[in-house]
Amino acid sequence: MSSLKKLTQKRLFLPVFSMILVMLINVIYDAACGNAPFNFFMITIKNGVLYGRLIDILNRGTEAAILAIGMTLVVSSSAGTDISVGSVMSLYGGMCCMLLAGFGNVNVSSYAVPLIVGIGAGLLTACACGLFNGFLVAYMNIQPMVATLILWSAGRAIGLLLCNSQIVYVRVPSFQKIGGYVGFIPTPIIVAALCILVASLVLKFTALGTYIQSVGINKKASRIAGFNSAKIILLCYVICGLCAGLAGMVATSRIYSADTNNIGLNLELDAILAVALGGNSLGGGKFNLAGSLIGAYTIQAIDTTLLALGVSTAQSPVFKAIVVILIVVIQSEPAKEFFKKMSKRRAMAKGATQA
Amino acid sequence: MNKKVLGVLACTAVAASMAVGASAEGDLITVGYAQVGHESDWRTANTKNYEDVFSAENGYELSLIDCDNDNATQLEAVRNFITQELDYIIIAPIQSAGWDTVLQEAQDAGIPVIIADREIEADASLYDAWVGTNTKNEGITAGNWLAEQLDGAEAKILQIEGSVGASAAIGRTDGFAEVMAEHSEWEMLDSQSGDFTQDGGQAVMESFIKSYEGQFNVVICQNDNEAYGAMDAMDAAGITYGVDGDVILISFDATHDGLQYTLDGKINCNVECNPIQAETVKGVIEAMQAGEEFETTTLVEDQAFCAPGIESEYATTMTDEILAGRAY
Repeated sequence: MSSLKKLTQKRLFLPVFSMILVMLINVIYDAACGNAPFNFFMITIKNGVLYGRLIDILNRGTEAAILAIGMTLVVSSSAGTDISVGSVMSLYGGMCCMLLAGFGNVNVSSYAVPLIVGIGAGLLTACACGLFNGFLVAYMNIQPMVATLILWSAGRAIGLLLCNSQIVYVRVPSFQKIGGYVGFIPTPIIVAALCILVASLVLKFTALGTYIQSVGINKKASRIAGFNSAKIILLCYVICGLCAGLAGMVATSRIYSADTNNIGLNLELDAILAVALGGNSLGGGKFNLAGSLIGAYTIQAIDTTLLALGVSTAQSPVFKAIVVILIVVIQSEPAKEFFKKMSKRRAMAKGATQA
Repeated sequence: MNKKVLGVLACTAVAASMAVGASAEGDLITVGYAQVGHESDWRTANTKNYEDVFSAENGYELSLIDCDNDNATQLEAVRNFITQELDYIIIAPIQSAGWDTVLQEAQDAGIPVIIADREIEADASLYDAWVGTNTKNEGITAGNWLAEQLDGAEAKILQIEGSVGASAAIGRTDGFAEVMAEHSEWEMLDSQSGDFTQDGGQAVMESFIKSYEGQFNVVICQNDNEAYGAMDAMDAAGITYGVDGDVILISFDATHDGLQYTLDGKINCNVECNPIQAETVKGVIEAMQAGEEFETTTLVEDQAFCAPGIESEYATTMTDEILAGRAY
């Protein structure tokens, strides 16, 4: 009993619990349809590559997970959200494919410049976007949503300009590799794993995480304590821009083209939601990166589940909304209080009968 | 204060020069086209077609406004056309509803309006003619082609729809469903939206493969981009498609890349949605100009193309010449 209590009081308990709950829907559905009950969790090797719904969730959740890393830091340090990340992903696609194909070409099967130049320039552009956002927020004291609104609308448009308002295809196998497979593992999963590894190592072995949280909790006090608050906020936005670039890299290679109209469309909302689902406060301060990542994969699990259940596309946003509301309500403070009270009452009742 | 006066003066000068510029083109027929945007290869081809047909050599002056898929911009563009007193206005409506007021204004100004490409929800008395394609017919063509090829054999169909609520998606779904109703041996296993994008098509197909592994033999994608995504998903799972494969793949749009895949035998049948509509619109305007009778609704002819090795009465077999001769 006490070990169960310890488990439920862990900070990550509720996010993990929510994700498992979402996946349990599939077990019930499979059992009701007469399939093997754990069909959803089966991972096999088919055609030489990993195959299964769990793999789909990990694979398709890559973009949201990478974005969630940057978004968590931005939310924590500046108590605001970077809503430009989806557009920056699209801008990465436009920049990278324009360079690789050469301006004005829409369909190429060989590189105009080496692959590394295209990716490098794309990532640099994304970092520059982060720098721009960070400068406005940290040094100009503009509210984060307003500051990032500029690139939210302009990023996609610049991408379209770079691509001459067309979808630029780069049909080269090595370019498609990043969105495809390395050996038998989907490359996006590896990219996500690397990003998560680097982020958690940096947060574990440097004091950056502490700096960010202290700036987020009280900017002025941190400055008096000797931190350069503005610089830390700027750094968070640059990291967020880089994350958007990396997510854009995966999304672009997946479809080996710069579909600037659609890459990363509305993904900024998924990233913000991931941070919230992970039990982080959007008011800044303390953060939990693992929670955000679990949140990102939970969102993808909902999407994959809705597809698996065959819910019609017109109605699926409603179902998604209901699930999200449930998860958020379960994690809210009043709900937590309620559950605590319930368990206390039960314990008291138990004590009474024993006596 | 002085700056304000200067600003007003400058504005007046610009406006005056524009008015002079407009009146200098007196002998050309002025036509305004409120285009939807530039969201796809199809739209770009449509815009270029209008620019080619309504050229100065043909006796026209075309003001083409790219409305960037923004309904408000488009209403504003049409109002501008009315104040500029153009001879004809062509609208490719972004949204089908909400046009009554603007159309009434155009009618009061005595400017004929032609609705192009898409459907509009307005009283037919408010505009003069409609020219466009019928997406429902495209769905019917796809159905007829499939019926002819299967020749009574069973079909287990998966459909990747376009964006929810888009007229092309609704028309193509309805048209195919109409043919399907006549075939009891066909079954629609599932139908989900891929949002007209490659990524959407790929995600939906990945899920379909897991839900209906080994059960389906027909996949219908409502545009070419979705078909590319579906092809990638099937490649990854080792499912063969196309002329030599287990799965029949049908696509819509017939863009250049899509037809290349058709020529390669990867897409079995690709139903066209014809962007070459300006000639037909010009025909209507010429009839109006001469004061003759004109067609109030004109359907632009769509074709279908099938992979080499397939003969069909509903579709033309693809060749290198057809692909090379395509305008888009």
